[in-house]
Amino acid sequence: MNDVLLFFLQYREAIFIIILSLFLGIEVISHVPSVLHTPLMSGANAIHGVVIIGAIIVMGHAHDILPMILGFLAVILGTLNVVGGFVVTDRMLEMFRKKKSKN
Amino acid sequence: METINRIIQFTPEISILEMSYILASVLFIVGLKRLSHPDTARNGNLWAAAGMGLAILFTILFHKKDGESIGNVPWILGALTIGTAIGWVAARKVKMTAMPQMVSIFNGMGGACAALISLMEFPKLQDSLAAAGASSMLHGETLAILFGLSIGGVSFAGSMIAFGKLDEKIGDIKASWIRYLNLFFLFLLVVLVVLIMFKHPVSGDNTLIYLLTFLALVYGVSFVMPIGGADMPVVISLLNSFTGIAAACGGFLYNNQAMLTGGILVGSSGTLLTILMCKAMNRSLLNVIIGAFGGDTSASAEAGDKTVKEITLSDAAVLLSYSQKVLIVPGYGLAVAQAQHLCHELDVLLASKGVEVKYGIHPVAGRMPGHMNVLLAEADVPYEKLLEMEDANNEMQNTDVVIVIGANDVVNPAAEDDPSSPIYGMPVIKAWEAKNVIVMKRSMAKGYAAIENKLFYHPKNNMLFGDAKSTLQKLVAEIKNL
Repeated sequence: MNDVLLFFLQYREAIFIIILSLFLGIEVISHVPSVLHTPLMSGANAIHGVVIIGAIIVMGHAHDILPMILGFLAVILGTLNVVGGFVVTDRMLEMFRKKKSKN
Repeated sequence: METINRIIQFTPEISILEMSYILASVLFIVGLKRLSHPDTARNGNLWAAAGMGLAILFTILFHKKDGESIGNVPWILGALTIGTAIGWVAARKVKMTAMPQMVSIFNGMGGACAALISLMEFPKLQDSLAAAGASSMLHGETLAILFGLSIGGVSFAGSMIAFGKLDEKIGDIKASWIRYLNLFFLFLLVVLVVLIMFKHPVSGDNTLIYLLTFLALVYGVSFVMPIGGADMPVVISLLNSFTGIAAACGGFLYNNQAMLTGGILVGSSGTLLTILMCKAMNRSLLNVIIGAFGGDTSASAEAGDKTVKEITLSDAAVLLSYSQKVLIVPGYGLAVAQAQHLCHELDVLLASKGVEVKYGIHPVAGRMPGHMNVLLAEADVPYEKLLEMEDANNEMQNTDVVIVIGANDVVNPAAEDDPSSPIYGMPVIKAWEAKNVIVMKRSMAKGYAAIENKLFYHPKNNMLFGDAKSTLQKLVAEIKNL
């Protein structure tokens, strides 16, 4: 029991952020029209590419050859997620906007 | 008593870094918010991208661990360049119809990235705990690593299978034993996590973590395998939120607020989005995952004398040319045949003859919600011509002809009047309320829900058999010749 309480106290800030972000995530997209489901999913997909920061940190403090290789790979994968995600989303949304402004 | 506050050594760089993370988080939130409105969506995507760029740049510049700055910078920049080049080209070159597959791949890359991070951090944590003489691995960090590894692994393997299914490289396995196998795998995953957490004494042995990685990958495959190809959008959306959670685990591990907020935001909004998608298809998430649809052939009343009326191309051309109002209902078949451009050609041709042409878009038409809108937009169909299902249904009685192209379940009257039908209650486009219906279809085959479509036997309906693309081509030529 004490362990659980200590765990909570140790990570209270993170737990706080997690719970608030949970509500925020639901609130922010709650009125999305179905037309935007796919672009929104794709945009959210790009945002979780933020995991790349973790990859950069690991890579930045790697000294041996194996962690270097894995870190290098992780940074590439993360970048693919970020860049690919945002570019694909932009391409989808480009089509919506072009038509709207033309008329 | 342990001291609980982590001591941060103050340097201006750390302050700037933390401030950039707050700004990045705000940009993510504003970006997501703007992404959920049609007018601001594109702009919102750029906001989020700016937040990401900021977080990446400042991490490289200012991040410090135990006073040590980020090293290997040339390697990091090299990896960033390679990733950017591949990601950019892939995202630019992919065909609009193959968009869902692409999203699935990118999602898998994120999952793999999260899993790799955990895989590298675990031995470090284990060694430092062993050196400190800890009695077990029971720590918040361990939990974050193990969760990040399992969820990221499942997300990666699952996304790759989802990609294969959308690309029609992988078929479905429809067997009920897979469900039990999946439960067993899930149970094993939990057991393994607990085993690692309570391992005693702490040693430098990495066998269990490799086993966990392997199991997560296997579970990812077997999780997606039995789910039908048409349900892949829901699965991708779900795996998307998984990857979000895996990213948040990394944030927890590094006490990194940008990763934490970004990850959780995607995790929660992705889950909501998954549920919304299911709702648009009148299904529950559980139903999609367990897959109650199809499989067992529903022996619902297939009563006798049903006749199907066929229409010739020239008759169809005449009917369309002398109508006042035409509604096109596009579906999955149109996307597969890549016939959206021809569809637009038909629309322009009819409009030049004074026919009012609109499109009725079912929320789940195409391969993903909203996918059909994107495809038609690509073919230069103006946004105003696309009617949402309710508006289309409101105008139905005044519509002379409805052309159904490659759609099936979304125009099935059984959803309205047959309580025994598996799709009963699903909102559909009420094509049968129009004066005439033309259904373009390759054959009388059933749709994904594997049920009869009574619309085909409806007295108002005329079938025009053939591949959507070539039929449209011939129809356009026929109308031109009138």
